[in-house]
Amino acid sequence: MIINHPILGPRDAQEFVYLGDANLMGRPDGMTAGIEAFHDYLYNRDNPAGAHRELWYHEQGDRSWLVVTRNTVTHEILKVEMARDVARAGGRSK
Amino acid sequence: MANAWKSLTALGQDTAQVVAIGPYQISERFDVALASLAVRRGQNAAFAMAAQTAGVPLPPASSFAAGEVFSAFWVTPEMWFIEADFASHQDITAHLKPLFGDTASITEQTDAWVRFDVAGTGLAALFERLTNIDLVSLPDGFASRTVIEHLGVYLIKRSATEVVLYGPRSSALGLLHALQVTAKSII
Repeated sequence: MIINHPILGPRDAQEFVYLGDANLMGRPDGMTAGIEAFHDYLYNRDNPAGAHRELWYHEQGDRSWLVVTRNTVTHEILKVEMARDVARAGGRSK
Repeated sequence: MANAWKSLTALGQDTAQVVAIGPYQISERFDVALASLAVRRGQNAAFAMAAQTAGVPLPPASSFAAGEVFSAFWVTPEMWFIEADFASHQDITAHLKPLFGDTASITEQTDAWVRFDVAGTGLAALFERLTNIDLVSLPDGFASRTVIEHLGVYLIKRSATEVVLYGPRSSALGLLHALQVTAKSII
């Protein structure tokens, strides 16, 4: 499987470490969001047969975090973004 | 008091070690000072101007650029490693901080790394066994982080016959061993 790194170009997936669902980036505010939202964030994951947004870490490269949109049925990679760009686009500044 | 401090190289000697195996020469280097340089958020324009004024090259992704006093290679977005002569820039952060002020975060790296210059013909045969980097197809000045025997290293292709490696200093002997064993397996 080849992951097309936005900066470094096509790289073997073996260079990366898989973390999981990209929704992990959207942690609710533990002070205001309430226990239900936090429980959902911590324990509940969708398991789609199809497009899935995932966090991948370029361990054997520049050590950047990526958001990879992958079809879990065909393993086709539909989109690769820098995780920090996704976070900033989502209104996060840190 | 006759209690002179004695500095040691990463390999625990008082002189740099040079190993010759077949066509390959592996030389330890301790005459290069190293620092990491990262742009602070929102300071990109001021940072680029400071770098230009200071003569610090900021090469694009996956590359190395030599400068007059400071040379640099890219490590990750908005971050570079800066090299300078150790004799004149032993305290490299003290040289760099006034040049960049509040536009950058600078961290001393000299003592965290061991540097090996690997020279000789047929380096591609050596590094295709050690890493997943294909030296033949990559241009001179290519720089990348990669993995050799589970050690994260920075590799810079200076030319077809010269590669610079920075590896973790605490694993200096292990890294040298990996280079030696692989070189011996080829000749």
